[in-house]
Amino acid sequence: MVALAPSIGARPAAWREPSPLPGFHLAFGFTLTYVGVIILLPLAALVARPWEHGLDGFVAAIVQPRTLAALRLSFVAATMAALVNVVLGLLIAWVLCRYEFPGRRVVDALVDLPFALPTAVAGIALASLYGPNGWIGSLLEPLGVKVAYTPLGVFVALLAVGLPFVVRAVQPVLQDLDAGYEEAAKTLGATAPQSLWRVVMPALAPALITGFALAFARGAGEYGSVIFIAGNMPGVSEIAPLVIVTRLEQYDYAGAASVGVAMLALSLIALLITNAAQVALARRGGR
Amino acid sequence: MIGTVAPRRIESAGPAVLVLAALAWLALLIGAPMATVFTQALSKGLGAFLDAFKEPDGLAAIRLTLLVAVIAVPLNAAFGLAAAWSIAKFNFRGKAVLLTLIDLPLSLSPVVSGLVWVLLFGARGWFGPMLDAGGIKIIFAVPGILLGTILVTVPLVARELIPLMAEQGADEELAATTLGSGGWTTFRRVTLPNVRWALLHGVLLSNARAMGEFGAVSVLSGHIRGLTETLPLHVEALYNDYDFVGAFASASLLAGLAIVTLVAKTALERAGRVAAAKGSAL
Amino acid sequence: MLALPRASLAAAPATLLNASYDPTREFYKDFNGLFVADWQRKTGQPVRINQSHDGSGKQARAVVDGLEADVVTLALAYDVDAIAAKGLIAKNWQSRLAYNSAPYTSTIVFVVRKGNPKAIHDWIDLVKAGVKVITPNPKTSGGARWAYLAALGYATKRNGGDATRALGFVRGIYKNVPVLDTGARGSTTTFVQRGIGDVLVGWENEAMLAIDEVGPGKLEIVRPSMSILAEPSVAVVDKVVDKRGSRKLAEAYLRFLYTEGAQELAAKRHFRPRGQAVAARYAAKFPRMNLITIAAFGGWQKAQARNFADGGTFDKIYQPG
Repeated sequence: MVALAPSIGARPAAWREPSPLPGFHLAFGFTLTYVGVIILLPLAALVARPWEHGLDGFVAAIVQPRTLAALRLSFVAATMAALVNVVLGLLIAWVLCRYEFPGRRVVDALVDLPFALPTAVAGIALASLYGPNGWIGSLLEPLGVKVAYTPLGVFVALLAVGLPFVVRAVQPVLQDLDAGYEEAAKTLGATAPQSLWRVVMPALAPALITGFALAFARGAGEYGSVIFIAGNMPGVSEIAPLVIVTRLEQYDYAGAASVGVAMLALSLIALLITNAAQVALARRGGR
Repeated sequence: MIGTVAPRRIESAGPAVLVLAALAWLALLIGAPMATVFTQALSKGLGAFLDAFKEPDGLAAIRLTLLVAVIAVPLNAAFGLAAAWSIAKFNFRGKAVLLTLIDLPLSLSPVVSGLVWVLLFGARGWFGPMLDAGGIKIIFAVPGILLGTILVTVPLVARELIPLMAEQGADEELAATTLGSGGWTTFRRVTLPNVRWALLHGVLLSNARAMGEFGAVSVLSGHIRGLTETLPLHVEALYNDYDFVGAFASASLLAGLAIVTLVAKTALERAGRVAAAKGSAL
Repeated sequence: MLALPRASLAAAPATLLNASYDPTREFYKDFNGLFVADWQRKTGQPVRINQSHDGSGKQARAVVDGLEADVVTLALAYDVDAIAAKGLIAKNWQSRLAYNSAPYTSTIVFVVRKGNPKAIHDWIDLVKAGVKVITPNPKTSGGARWAYLAALGYATKRNGGDATRALGFVRGIYKNVPVLDTGARGSTTTFVQRGIGDVLVGWENEAMLAIDEVGPGKLEIVRPSMSILAEPSVAVVDKVVDKRGSRKLAEAYLRFLYTEGAQELAAKRHFRPRGQAVAARYAAKFPRMNLITIAAFGGWQKAQARNFADGGTFDKIYQPG
């Protein structure tokens, strides 16, 4: 972005293709201002915070076993929940797009609910459901399965939180995917699984990756719905955002910001990987 | 709309199993927690449920939540349209960076989304002393709650619009411009109708998220009852007061609002599609 | 919201913001009513008291970050010290009001289920195999810090002052903790609503309130042979009251906490009163206990640095091996 500034005055066309469409400067200017104030400025404040004890201070704040364990839990649970959501989110999107059944539209609308519900409410509801005396927890208890107050609880909470992202990413693509392809494949003798794997999946892959990335990013940073059900045991079921909160509780802003920056960096890396995967897929599709 | 798949009736066992499996999963993940919220809210009868909405602090929380949504959502919608217009209709360098930046708030933990504003505008933040000298309060007041909410919801409209507008390309707008239509008219007559459902979906999502945001707002609110407590924070406060009926009643109000808007959206979309189909048939 | 017109301030009632911690909600709701009536009677000035509740440490941080609270009524002196360290409160705050600026006290007790099925009577019973202990995280909860120190005090005495063995004992207790909530109310909910654990270790006032809430006959309070005198501290935030011109009101508000009516209210809301007369009246509700004080740990600054800071004794408990 910085490199753009000098070229604007000298050769306006150098950094953007000319277009007869009007409104670029207004829209682009507003966009940059908004991104600057709402996203870049606060991020700068975050990224500038951890260094009061230098790089050593930052590293020391991260490499503590407790912090590492929390980061691992947040990111592993988010990855696994996002993977499961890719599979089941696809199933739900598929069913919503392809089959007519009573109440389909209402179900379609309800998919967004975990997104809209305050996370604390979701957390309290999940904890009371999966607690040993809850509707589901009491069923699982005799089987020896404990969900609430274990790392599994974190996973369950992230499943609920991430689902809408996958469904909503896949749905439009699935809707616009020409049913003719599948019909053609069928006529050519492909079985249903074959046509799914060879025809539908490649078309869906970018959307699935997007959904995965979004569900993952949301899950890794999730706080409200998780703390009620996680048990919060240091080294076992304590999530990374909780480490930020406990650092703040000790008035350790630099330490809290360190964990925040580390989480942001990990999420960014994941985002870049998924973007690269998108590009690679697009290239293969283009050939 | 050519090539769009219409949902079919279920005629064989395979699809029926798929549908049942999907519904079962949704019931487990979404239905059961929702049922918990509503049964708890009604556990002491309808009277106790309704009493929860008569309390002045609760009403103040509802008002504040609506105020925040009414400001945050239009701002984010305007941003989404501007960002999508520049990114989807024009080619410029640094587009990928801009896209990544817009997505970034989705990767921020809500706790961090609140904390960053404290680092900026808190009494000991970058601009704290300046604001203090000017007598302006941001953190632990409505502006702070608003900033936290905007940061959490900023990508939502843009994310709905950018891919769609990119796919639609600029051909229609170019044609309109060539025919002498002004920029604003082109935008209103050509672009907006093409993206209205995506825009609506984005706005509804932002709205739902803005009204339900907890983590970021919790850091920024100061928790002053009747003044800076939003509805989700009020839910937490009531829960901590052992007022479970009140807490879940307020929660079910939020959930109810979300359900109504989401169902309304689906209905609107459907009406729109039918109208569009009729229009093209004529 | 941004800038109230100055003129309207004169007509509007005087306001006061009290930033407090979670378990005092019920008490201050009643107390504020009492104070507002009293103040109006004495001065003719209408007052509106705004209340803010959250974790004690969070509130201290909020005040440091600019929450304009005229008074803070927090769970422990350490959090008030943290505000004082940033220059918002005079360093000698603790000596400005009677009883170390703690107008009411509490202590740490156990709550067990009806009939005490696991026979829990003292701290030693918490390390037994198969006993599940519910208590919040000392890193995020003020009450949990008092509980941790009470356990450590008991363990130190039991082991004749041997710090390593005392810590081993406390580790034994926390090995039996299946859920570490972030705050006192969270723990109570886990124990009472979710039905997890055999014993809840926490504030006496929280324990009594929980028993009120679930009705009699379901839970019992057990008082260990030794506990700690928990002194929730109150202070006027000097920088805020001087800026807002509310010092007179704020000081009167805190002094009012020491009046008989307020002490009575505190006792009703399960805090141990300081006033002799009220204490005598509620002697049956608050039995005498063998209580150590924070001085046994060298004061809060030392206790915090040694036990709860990063790398402190609490972190060591959770280090593998």
